[in-house]
Amino acid sequence: MENHQRLLEQLMTTHGGPGFEGAVRDVVVPQLHTYAHKVEVDVMGNVVACIEGRGEGRRPRVLLAAHMDEIALVVARIEEGGFLRVAQTGGFDPRTLVGQEVVVHTCGGDLLAVVGSKPPHLTAPEERGKAAPLSDLYLDLAMQESAVRERVRIGDRVTLSREVYLLRNRRLAGKSLDNRASLAILLETLHRLGQFVHQADVYAVATVQEEVGLRGAQTVGFAVQPDVAIAIDVTFGAFPGQAADESFALDAGPAISFGPNLHRKVFQRLVDVAERHRIPYQIELSQTPVGADANAFQVAGPGLAAALVGIPIRYMHTSVETGSYSDIEQCARLLAHYIAELDMEQVEDLSCY
Amino acid sequence: MLLKTLSEAFGPTGFEDEVRNVIRGELEGRVDEMKTDVLGNLIAVKGAAKPGPKVMLDAHMDEVGLMVVQICDGGADAGLLKFRSLGGIDPRVLVSKPVFIGPDRIPGVIGAKPVHLQAPEERQKPIPMEKLYIDIGAKDAADAKSVVKPGDAAVFATRYAEFGERAAKGKSFDDRVGCALLVEAMRHEVPYPLYGAFTVQEEIGLRGARAAAYQIQPDIAIALEGTVCFDVVGAPSHGQSTVLGKGPALTVQDAQTIADRRFAEFMWETAQRHGIPVQWRRVKGGSNDFGAIHRIGKGVVGGSISVPVRYIHAPTQVVSLDDVENAQRLLQAVLKEIAEGSFTL
Repeated sequence: MENHQRLLEQLMTTHGGPGFEGAVRDVVVPQLHTYAHKVEVDVMGNVVACIEGRGEGRRPRVLLAAHMDEIALVVARIEEGGFLRVAQTGGFDPRTLVGQEVVVHTCGGDLLAVVGSKPPHLTAPEERGKAAPLSDLYLDLAMQESAVRERVRIGDRVTLSREVYLLRNRRLAGKSLDNRASLAILLETLHRLGQFVHQADVYAVATVQEEVGLRGAQTVGFAVQPDVAIAIDVTFGAFPGQAADESFALDAGPAISFGPNLHRKVFQRLVDVAERHRIPYQIELSQTPVGADANAFQVAGPGLAAALVGIPIRYMHTSVETGSYSDIEQCARLLAHYIAELDMEQVEDLSCY
Repeated sequence: MLLKTLSEAFGPTGFEDEVRNVIRGELEGRVDEMKTDVLGNLIAVKGAAKPGPKVMLDAHMDEVGLMVVQICDGGADAGLLKFRSLGGIDPRVLVSKPVFIGPDRIPGVIGAKPVHLQAPEERQKPIPMEKLYIDIGAKDAADAKSVVKPGDAAVFATRYAEFGERAAKGKSFDDRVGCALLVEAMRHEVPYPLYGAFTVQEEIGLRGARAAAYQIQPDIAIALEGTVCFDVVGAPSHGQSTVLGKGPALTVQDAQTIADRRFAEFMWETAQRHGIPVQWRRVKGGSNDFGAIHRIGKGVVGGSISVPVRYIHAPTQVVSLDDVENAQRLLQAVLKEIAEGSFTL
């Protein structure tokens, strides 16, 4: 079957940080149009596409959301020599930025820059044990200071520059697999849903500003007020040195999250669907509200039944985030079957304790 | 473009084959003779029978890289690759970078535990090389072993591109910029014997150059290098070494060489006479092949012409294209003045 992998690769090399998701939105909107008659962009920049279900009277309303933004930086100061200092727009580990190529988005166009590093020849042994904080890092545009001042403004946004690398076993590596992988899942789900008759009205949503505090999810959850709101977001792939309950194997299917902030019955239903359709899955446990859009959905408007699913990726918040396209497909299968089976009886049961 | 081809070629120290083949192709039919020696140096010769001083130009083909040393077979690390560096690499520049393993360029990435899972005190410290892995997407050790074996070398997967103002970024300008200068120089005619030595294993101790110089026994030798440049914000001027865009650098003293003052002054004066910007390299650290060459046999007169390279030994290095051009102009001027007898032994 034809899939959305090439589209995912395009999304991963598209630049869009919190509050400037426009370029990603421009890729996503036409894709959603192939599945939905109505695609709208709200005041925050969230994209909402509605695919109506079949049936008379009240139909279940399910919202599926993936955030479009990637972690970014913002130009905070132009230093002598034309070097740029930056601040966070999302959570980078500064240690992963050293020697990185980045793109500075100026009003006159994009400029390539290199995050500087000190040559080993000049580095004293005692310096080698230190990790530079973000405030000590600088961006090098290889331009005279006067030219930099003409072209770059304080507040210009900065994102990583990284091609996509196709690794073994349908795994891909690059920047912003968090959360472009979930945009691919969203589209793969809609693709599969086209083969089912479903009662539910599906609101396929691409949210903004997740990386700085789930801000898009808060407003779109309120605006749509679905019966069930499912956030699709990446989780931690297994890697040496991580706790067992924070490590999910790649190629072992999507992780379905369980915890106080997520609706127990939606969780259980997702697990049942996976079991019945022989979809591999893993269970992720949370003890606090999750760090994903499902956190905001739970308390949007009158309160919503929230769920969280997603694929594991390694090296989250670096330029080499690595995940498996097989997991993306399995996650889409899970969501398509869940939606196809959703009915009003289940919806009414969500408030019965 | 030759600098792009050379920059993107695979050639970690001891694995210079691809670079050598690129250079051989470039010089085919343009020199009298080309030979490889037992170490893997490529030596191109022009006018061996001509009178006058025997001049050796040197550029090293190798770059710093990585070597796969273990294919992990355990639990969470199954299928990941342990590695060590080939040449001097600060482990802090390795995190979050793609690499290519072997001449077949198997892609892999060097990642890190997500920031979310790092304790605050962990974040203060660099991640040591022992805790880094190359991930090729293998499901397990057997899967990894089907394409990679211990001993395979890897390079950074950096593309060459021009950016900024007359600048280029890429990997291994140390010393592919020297290789590009030397290829170009060998295409010109001089009235004396000219030997172009493209050497191996500079990054682990100037090893190829030593053997090459012994074979050539030159009267005059010039190493063409990419050198340390750290003219960035916050760097003290004495630690900058060189300044990008201010022309090629001449050495007074480095870790292996105290410059032959007569030859250094000759090159400096030549630059002045020809209106070529030139600068003195301002640190003692680092070295280049001339450090090995000048101690061969009864001793060799000469020096080096260096192109400033920002972020040398890091995945993405930066050079000024003006500096590259001016280094070529200076080299041509020096070769011409040697022919005219401006420098006598």
